Amino acid sequence: MKKQLIYFLFLVANVICLAQTTTLPSVDIKSLEGKIVNTNTFENDGKPMVISFWATWCKPCAKELNAISEVYDDWQEETGVKVIAISIDDARNAAKVAPYAHGKDWPFEIYVDANSDLKRALNVNAIPHTFLLNADKEIVWQHTSYLDGDEEELYEEVLKL
Amino acid sequence: MKKILYGLLFCAGSIFAQGIQNGQLNGNFQSNSQVYYEDADLGISTENLPSERFLTNSFANIIYSTSNFSAGMRYEANQNSLLGFDKRYNGEGITYRYAQFNKDGLDITVGNFYEQFGSGMILRAYEERNLGYDNAFEGIRLKYSPFKGIYLKSLVGKQRLYFDKAEGIVRGFDGEISLNETFEALSEAKTQILIGGSVVSKFQKDLDPIYILPENVASWAGRFNLYHGKWILGAEYVYKYNDPSATNNFIYKEGQALLANVSYSKKGFGFSLAGKRIDNMSSNSDRNLKGQEVSINYLPALTKQHAYTLATIYPYGTIANGEMGIQTELNYKVKKGSFIGGEYGMGILANFSNAYSIHKAQIDEDTALGESGTLGYTSDFFKLGEEKYFQEFSIELSRKVNRKLRLVGSYINTHYNSKVIVGYDYHGMIKANIVVLEAQYKLKPKHSIRTEIQHLSTEQHEGNWAMGLVEYTVSPHYFFAFQNLYNYGNETKKVHYPNISAGYTKGTTRFALGYGKQRQGIFCVGGVCREVPKSNGISLSITSSF
Repeated sequence: MKKQLIYFLFLVANVICLAQTTTLPSVDIKSLEGKIVNTNTFENDGKPMVISFWATWCKPCAKELNAISEVYDDWQEETGVKVIAISIDDARNAAKVAPYAHGKDWPFEIYVDANSDLKRALNVNAIPHTFLLNADKEIVWQHTSYLDGDEEELYEEVLKL
Repeated sequence: MKKILYGLLFCAGSIFAQGIQNGQLNGNFQSNSQVYYEDADLGISTENLPSERFLTNSFANIIYSTSNFSAGMRYEANQNSLLGFDKRYNGEGITYRYAQFNKDGLDITVGNFYEQFGSGMILRAYEERNLGYDNAFEGIRLKYSPFKGIYLKSLVGKQRLYFDKAEGIVRGFDGEISLNETFEALSEAKTQILIGGSVVSKFQKDLDPIYILPENVASWAGRFNLYHGKWILGAEYVYKYNDPSATNNFIYKEGQALLANVSYSKKGFGFSLAGKRIDNMSSNSDRNLKGQEVSINYLPALTKQHAYTLATIYPYGTIANGEMGIQTELNYKVKKGSFIGGEYGMGILANFSNAYSIHKAQIDEDTALGESGTLGYTSDFFKLGEEKYFQEFSIELSRKVNRKLRLVGSYINTHYNSKVIVGYDYHGMIKANIVVLEAQYKLKPKHSIRTEIQHLSTEQHEGNWAMGLVEYTVSPHYFFAFQNLYNYGNETKKVHYPNISAGYTKGTTRFALGYGKQRQGIFCVGGVCREVPKSNGISLSITSSF
């Protein structure tokens, strides 16, 4: 038991030393055209990026993306921020993702993470969950769940970059 | 022993030292607890309560990664697991650990991993933590892309069964080619085509005293996806050789599954249609287990996944032994400025889905349908069976009235064959109509109030239900909610299920505290369902990630 504890403390010490910045993990997901895309190809010419997890069955997710969609033109004009919406819908709803997103008229880049590989790599517990990436593609801010008006906090964070 | 340990620490230290420049560590944590109380209204007396009174499910994941290496583990502690979870989840331990590295395009994972081939109807390992579902593999997986647009995967492993592993060994191979990426000549083509195929085989020793069972069971699948402008067309077909199991009553019939879908979408408009046929497709890592806990494959329920409480009372789950059904959905955004659309436009979302039994005929006059040890039955691929399992129509209208007020109205009509889906013998087909009205009003910046009024009417099962909810939120940190479900149409006992809850979120950390009653019911996500008993108590949920 004592040995296990020593080992654990050692790990924790390492963790503390190491845990500096977090970049986006490299994971394969699919575009709406079925192409396999690796997350390391996400690019926005050195401007911030927002990655938001959603699903067709998740009401707060739709609320969040609708809310951002309404102010997206202004956000882009002022900061050049790009929003990437990642659906974790599996085979049950896979066919509905593109019609749903287009039906809502969302102006975002949309991908599908059908077996939650990226969700798991980013340690997302539940959706909606939103990440903000800086110019070096480091995760500088993240938030779980969505309450009405949360997009304003996100935008304040974007403005800080 | 001590020396070895310190030696290991030293090694670990130097490995970590190498990774320090570009390595990173992250993880998450979740804990759900509940205290259970007696409740005379719900018929819960001391004998029905868990002896511990206080139950909790927790886990934490930790992942360490560099640019081409990652390793992680999950520690789970269910002391003891919440009511509704299988008791075999009681306990604690490291249930998931892996190391993965990527070199010259070859991606190698050893230890635990999740995986999906195609739509998952031939193979899918995944987790649905809130349902207590986790059929992760433990073994080895390789992924390789020899040419641009060609993706190969292979794996061998055993599946998780609570704190143990299932008996069967699963081996699988999957290949996918994106023609337009692989062949230069097609790179500019307007039509994008993807083709894929898989082979899966499982091995389990035959120890059956009566039957000679196949120890190796193979299945294969073929799929394609076609993208042309606003159209998407796709299909997958799976064939499984004879696989007698507890689920199919030990018949020696082959299994088949077909899933096809088409969709069309453009700005402000989306339409999709999907159809499926499933015949004897239960595929388990252990043929003797009847549950879904070690399913090798995933058979999606083609029905709408509802979020409103009363709409989740009668959820559909795929009938693996055979079903046929369709689902169609329409999304439309009425333009702003029009009479119906108003100042901000109006969203319309309509959905129709159904599921029927498949046609089944006796193999000969002397053999009963589905008799153990026989070929079971014959089935005409294109013929529907006589029994309706499920049918649902729903429509949802959402409209932003002005800068402050948003309204959503929903109507759902459900036909639910409870005898087949959940085995409520005496209720047969439950027909329910559900109406939901939701209003959200912004009181001032970051302060909102949201209300839901829901009503479910049915003459079967527990009769009518009414529900009201009020929620007050202060972005970005707080929510307070009160809701009450009232089963006023229940002839045996009219019960109220009040519940009060509050939550605090900061960044990725979220606390939610609730107190109240919960109805007995079946909660489903995807194709997996969990039965939750009625309860009265205090619940606390904490989630965090870093």
